[in-house]
Amino acid sequence: MKIHEYQGKEILREYGVAVPNGKACFSVDEAVAAAESIGGSKWVVKAQIHAGGRGKGGGVKLADSIDEVRSLADEILGMTLVTHQTGPEGKEVKRLLVEEGAPIKDELYLGLVVDRATQRVTLMASSEGGTEIETVAEETPELIHKVSVDPKTGLTDDEARDLAIKIGIPQELAAEAGKLMQALYQAFWDKDCSLAEINPLIVTDDGRVVALDAKINFDESAMYRHPELQELRDLDEEDPDEIAASEFGLNYISLDGTIGCLVNGAGLAMATMDIIKLYGASPANFLDVGGGATTEQVTEAFKIMLKNSNLKAILVNIFGGIMRCDVIAEGLVNAAREVDLSVPLVVRLEGTNVEQGRQILADSGIAVISATTMADAAEKVAAAAAGA
Amino acid sequence: MSILINKDSRVVTQGITGKTGMFHTHHSIAYANGKNCYVAGVTPKKGGQEVEGVPVFDSVAEAKAATNCNVSVIYVPPPFAAAAIDEAVDAEMEVVICITEGIPVKDMIRTRDRMKGSSTILVGPNCPGVITPEEIKIGIMPGYIHMKGRIGVVSRSGTLTYEVVDQLSKLGLGQSTCVGIGGDPVNGLKHLDVMKMFNDDPDTDGVVMCGEIGGTDEEECAAWIADNMTKPVVGFIAGVTAPPGKRMGHAGAIISGGKGTADEKIAALEAAGVSVTRNPSDMGKLMAEALQR
Repeated sequence: MKIHEYQGKEILREYGVAVPNGKACFSVDEAVAAAESIGGSKWVVKAQIHAGGRGKGGGVKLADSIDEVRSLADEILGMTLVTHQTGPEGKEVKRLLVEEGAPIKDELYLGLVVDRATQRVTLMASSEGGTEIETVAEETPELIHKVSVDPKTGLTDDEARDLAIKIGIPQELAAEAGKLMQALYQAFWDKDCSLAEINPLIVTDDGRVVALDAKINFDESAMYRHPELQELRDLDEEDPDEIAASEFGLNYISLDGTIGCLVNGAGLAMATMDIIKLYGASPANFLDVGGGATTEQVTEAFKIMLKNSNLKAILVNIFGGIMRCDVIAEGLVNAAREVDLSVPLVVRLEGTNVEQGRQILADSGIAVISATTMADAAEKVAAAAAGA
Repeated sequence: MSILINKDSRVVTQGITGKTGMFHTHHSIAYANGKNCYVAGVTPKKGGQEVEGVPVFDSVAEAKAATNCNVSVIYVPPPFAAAAIDEAVDAEMEVVICITEGIPVKDMIRTRDRMKGSSTILVGPNCPGVITPEEIKIGIMPGYIHMKGRIGVVSRSGTLTYEVVDQLSKLGLGQSTCVGIGGDPVNGLKHLDVMKMFNDDPDTDGVVMCGEIGGTDEEECAAWIADNMTKPVVGFIAGVTAPPGKRMGHAGAIISGGKGTADEKIAALEAAGVSVTRNPSDMGKLMAEALQR
């Protein structure tokens, strides 16, 4: 689960990480009032969307006066922000963060992730903040320093201080920076984060170490024990079809192709997308119905896929294991009747009771193009889409 | 021969009184030597009961004392599953197979850290389990698609494993053991570990490996294969069409920071001499061809 920058900073503040004084705003008037209450003579107006690259897209601006805060808030609120992470359609800005301007002397980078190789949390730090960290990793990997954190001890004083020195934080600020890193690690651990990134972490002209940005993601599997985080979810930032799908236990991700796919199991679903591509078409979505594939789930999956105006055909690929193919075929038939399919439907069933399953489809009177292997299914669905 | 489990394994089922545990115990007992292999079940506070004729104990330690079980399979719900692994490790099970999907990553970091220095082998979590065809089935896979033979299968995904097994069996290529290592980022056996076991197993002639996007496990396995593997390996990597930054169902199946793409993995495997197909319908056929060479 993702949250907004301002929400991330509130969590960090609770843990004692220094962040700029700021307020979340939903209107121009709120933005002006926030700037007035923050005081000072420089402010930053920041679009709050879940995607990164906001600065480059024109969603982060500096203001030297309250009037400028007003005009920038007016400009950014409601704008459609396009960044490398939003896709070409962009994302409408509905929230702002207004913050005090910070006198930046140095821009650094901090990031925490779960490292699969060491099976621990890894803290990454670099002197090269403010830029794409992927670029730094690729071109100057020696400038990224890492600590693999022992889950029993957490990030130790020495580890944190050493890391601070390595990324060029002045000696006299190293202890303070180290404490910030430890607080960041503690927040990551306590809140079951999957990612926590501060880019940039800054050293100010007046000798403070401050988190100027905060990107925090949480482990979905741990959300059951964090009701306080559930409240931070912003459904406006999520794909409505993906939300609808998740309510029916479907794992759905929309893509930009024309072939809807309905598959049981994540690996097989990806493999199905791949083979569609191999046969010259492209997938409109990833959709894993899980092990069950009930009539209700399949009906809902069809409905979600059919909403897509690019859809030209649907491929159902089910490997019936514990769930028998005859049961799945019944479900498909019922679902197809209920939703009034407007595109060709190719079904590939394999596994337990496959013959009965295929018979049920054949006897149903529904226009189903039956396929045997995955390759056969992909070829048929590509042809059906091309003819549609 | 086989790897990890065989007809002499003595299995304890953790979470045996739950709906999932009960269902799969029923099917696993019905498979091959299952009746002799499934010796105990565990659910805290339910000791003394019987499920499918299997005696239930309060703890793995008690189950071990009474039945000498040496392999555990876990169907415990996600909030308690990591603790169930810990319990099996503490009772010195030789192999622990965790089927449970959706265990918090932090719990697995703790559990894997606790396992340092232990000789217990963990398979999973979030996996279909392990099967040595016509001997023993531990997990949720449909037993009947398997056939006894000499091909090893290792995979991160459930139904994709069934797909490859089905292809192999239809070509008359039976399997020595099929191992589902699961789709979570912090887990037990990796492709590499299973590949080494198959290489050492005199009754395995070749291996089919199904990987997917995310992480670098396949690349690490490829590097080892290049220098050490003495048997033909066939590979498929799911997720060539998956866009970066989108999690494809499995917690570990995500391309992030430009790492873990299918193309990188395919290139690494091909460089190591693995026959890689981009067509998941051809995995079985490719194995048959590789054995001819």
